[in-house]
Amino acid sequence: MASTATAGAAQAAKPRESLLQRILKRPITATFIAIALGFAVAAILLAVAGYDPVTSFAALFEGVFSKPKYISNTIIKASPIILTGISVAFAFKTGMFNIGAEGQYVAGAVCAVLVGATLDLPMALQVPVVILAGIAGGAAIGAITGFLKARFGIHEVITAIMLNWTMLYLNNFVVNSEMFHRPSSTSSIPVNPSSYTMILPEWKLSDQGLETLRNMPWLHDFLVKTDVNIAFIAAILVAIAIWFVLYRSKLGFELRAVGFNRDAAEFAGMPVGRNTVLAMVIAGGISGLAGALMITGIQPHCISTLAAFENYGFNGFSVALIAGSSPIGCIFAGLLFGGLLYGGTSVQMAVGAPTDIINIMIGTIVFFVALARVVALIAERMEKRSAEKAQIAKAAPDAQEANHA
Amino acid sequence: MLNNVMLLIGITLMYATPLVFGALGGVISERSGVVNIGIEGMMTIGALAGAAVSFYTGNPWIAFLCAGIAGGVFALLHAVAAVTFRADQNVSGIALNMLGPGLALFFARLMWDGGTQSPSIETLPKVFGRGAFAGTPWANLNVDVTVVFGIIAAAVVWFVLYKTKWGLRVRAVGEHPAAADTLGINVSRTRFVCVVLSGVMAGFGGASITLAIISQFTQTAVAGQGFIALAAVIFGKWTPHGAFGACLLFGMAQALVIILGGGVVPIPSEILAIMPYILTLVVLVLFVGRSVAPKADGVPYEKGSRG
Repeated sequence: MASTATAGAAQAAKPRESLLQRILKRPITATFIAIALGFAVAAILLAVAGYDPVTSFAALFEGVFSKPKYISNTIIKASPIILTGISVAFAFKTGMFNIGAEGQYVAGAVCAVLVGATLDLPMALQVPVVILAGIAGGAAIGAITGFLKARFGIHEVITAIMLNWTMLYLNNFVVNSEMFHRPSSTSSIPVNPSSYTMILPEWKLSDQGLETLRNMPWLHDFLVKTDVNIAFIAAILVAIAIWFVLYRSKLGFELRAVGFNRDAAEFAGMPVGRNTVLAMVIAGGISGLAGALMITGIQPHCISTLAAFENYGFNGFSVALIAGSSPIGCIFAGLLFGGLLYGGTSVQMAVGAPTDIINIMIGTIVFFVALARVVALIAERMEKRSAEKAQIAKAAPDAQEANHA
Repeated sequence: MLNNVMLLIGITLMYATPLVFGALGGVISERSGVVNIGIEGMMTIGALAGAAVSFYTGNPWIAFLCAGIAGGVFALLHAVAAVTFRADQNVSGIALNMLGPGLALFFARLMWDGGTQSPSIETLPKVFGRGAFAGTPWANLNVDVTVVFGIIAAAVVWFVLYKTKWGLRVRAVGEHPAAADTLGINVSRTRFVCVVLSGVMAGFGGASITLAIISQFTQTAVAGQGFIALAAVIFGKWTPHGAFGACLLFGMAQALVIILGGGVVPIPSEILAIMPYILTLVVLVLFVGRSVAPKADGVPYEKGSRG
């Protein structure tokens, strides 16, 4: 009886939901609050350490926005982590934890170098072949992870951690191998120029190109002084494609079903094992693509000896989490992350604060993203309170009437 | 021969110890139902705290203790997020993995003039190698005192989890929090304590790197060992003894790499380095198989919900 009354009151209170409540309920609000808190914590830490937060953040924003070249570099920096972010987000949606994005990324880079430095086909063939090699490399690592989980029940986190290290050392093996080592360096030989994926690399430096760009100083700065490449475009296309697969295809429906409830999906007759492998192949392929595009698109077009992970995959994790595992959201989260990473170097130059402040900031953002629920809880509590008020207001005249009678 | 065997055992234990502490931390937390991916971050905090305290006080014992405390304090973040606010435990764990190294390097640069590397610090003593042991094969087993601590810690965690009332409660909370709740066990408090304890353990793990193995703090001091510890938790099927065994296996594979790497076999060093990881996967496939987490692992508990 009492519960019906509350339900009725809640319903009655619904249309009167305040603007603040509505704003608090949007998931994006929590994300923005998390980002603001990330800046706040970083500011406090900087102040405690004796650096001026205002100057620091000014340097950060100037380091990202003040020159077209910087914006260009931010996008370049963001592109691979958008892709690894999508890779992680996609795996999340299918119920898997792709901590192996790091290894898949390295696999993509290594395979791109193996193929791109060996073959020298015409560009129209070479570029797709090299990129496909990278995708295949990442997908193969993903396939092992998925297969071991589907067939033997080995937890994907273990496999992925082991494969990350395996790929790190395989990378070093290739760098130091007789065939691929560049003498007196810690790097491999670069891929052949026919594999390059920069945007108009020759035209922008040719007389004609420079002549055309002279009248457009913004574009000149944006294009000429950086390795602008197709990775960002690729990342956007992949985000859209993955969104489509997840939400507009039968496969995506099945994959998400497995993510929601493995047993129920199996009971409904979905091939859970096959889908597990397939999901990891796709996730691995995306990370592999990121690795390949970094090789083909950015100086020095080769792999180097790794002493520790470069964190492209692990950063992808943060991107996916900030994006709430939305493939499209990964584009924006990746740009934010790329901007912080790239702008962070200016902070060090301007005020001398350690660049690690950026990692602290991103960590804080992710931490408060984890707490995003709390924001929704506050909204819920506000709703409950206004519902209670409405109930009291309604109950009061009733009681009066009863007294009169 | 005996020398080599002793050497193998010695190196195995040396490599295994930080992992043992980290993995025990993982076991404690996950048995209570809180997934802890943040071991890596907690270990890094411990590694820095140990190095810093030893650097300023010159007393490695106090440093080791402080590392545990620092790990526990840092783990409070995870406890508050995952237990108090019932946040997504994976997300908060990942956040800790970013925050830990970020904070550690930030403070390292402040303490050591912009460098992430500490000067050489006072370390904890070794067990054998002096007095009567010198010159005997035992000298090759001259392990750090942290190795002994690690073994003791594993035994204690095992005993507490399986032989005490509190351990039974922890396991109950991790398997079926609703049932535990009806019996009057405070689910949130149990989990909160377990997460903080896991931070203490991970802090010890980090300190056993900087205060014993490499005798300084560097940027790559922990470098992924927290993740290996996480793998050991799953490998050991969420039991302290299983995780301990997994860490030993891993340490032994590393030791073999070092012993074989001295030019005994004509294999490139990078390929040898891969061996521990492949070996782990092979052992998993052949002997261990499916790993089943504690039932409520990773599921925030809401009072009144049906477990």
